Amino acid sequence: MVTNSASMATSVSASKIIPLSMTALLGLFIVGFVGFSHMEVVHNAAHDSRHSFAFPCH
Amino acid sequence: MSLFRNIVFTAVIAGLFSGLLLTIMQSLSTVPLILQAEVFENAGGGAGHSHDVPAAGATSPADHHPDEEVWAPADGLERFIYTAAANALSAIGFGLVLVAASEALGGFRGWRGGLMFGIAGFLAVSLAPGLGLPPELPGMPAAELGPRQIWWISTAVCTAAALGLLAYTRSAIFAALAIALLIAPHLIGAPLPPSHETVVPVELHARFVNAVFATNLVFWALLGAACGMLRERFGAGEEASAASAAKLASR
Repeated sequence: MVTNSASMATSVSASKIIPLSMTALLGLFIVGFVGFSHMEVVHNAAHDSRHSFAFPCH
Repeated sequence: MSLFRNIVFTAVIAGLFSGLLLTIMQSLSTVPLILQAEVFENAGGGAGHSHDVPAAGATSPADHHPDEEVWAPADGLERFIYTAAANALSAIGFGLVLVAASEALGGFRGWRGGLMFGIAGFLAVSLAPGLGLPPELPGMPAAELGPRQIWWISTAVCTAAALGLLAYTRSAIFAALAIALLIAPHLIGAPLPPSHETVVPVELHARFVNAVFATNLVFWALLGAACGMLRERFGAGEEASAASAAKLASR
């Protein structure tokens, strides 16, 4: 019984790994694109936001 | 999949809310200072960059901007809307990472926990990188962009890892490791420009640095608290469905 619930607990946290890493990667991709991409157009569009977030700019 | 969907909902709502409030705070504090600095930048013949008006003879090493005119939002409402959109998107991105990190560490447990995560986010993403690379105004000299971005990201990652170790472990070794991670990026040092000479007045820059840290602290606190509160709401169904799935499995 104890081993049963223990294995269930580990399987729940293991099942969380994929959605959690997907979420984190999606978030990092968005921040990377808006704040760190070297594309001139993205830089110009997000210019004031980049400066105000203190992202490295120019 | 419901976990992914619920986290995305949480981050999108919290990000839109805090991102829009950040935009309002910025339009009252940081953006006017950026516009003032651009006047100095364009008048001073520009050791920096330009937007719609290319400064003549802008050939400093920090100038990565090609001479041909690239699209930029027109000053005024258009520029404000793009700033708002960039803020909201960044906030959603930060929110996604914040919720994912909290879930991996056992959850926010309400808005207070979210607030703590938000403040940790401010320390890792605004304050620690800002100690080495202070918020810059347009027209200020800076080292090559690539190395600065690498230093910035490394500092944010090291600081976040250190805060996680300090909050979630209890051994002396991990505490020592955390302190090392906090200090190491600053001992290595951020890439600095060869000269700090600039046409932008020091006083303007000082006000800008203060405004950036103040607005970002409020933003991160709001983002974290909103994520913590919304995560509880959206997570309620998740727990119930997980419990019923566990019941089914135990039969």
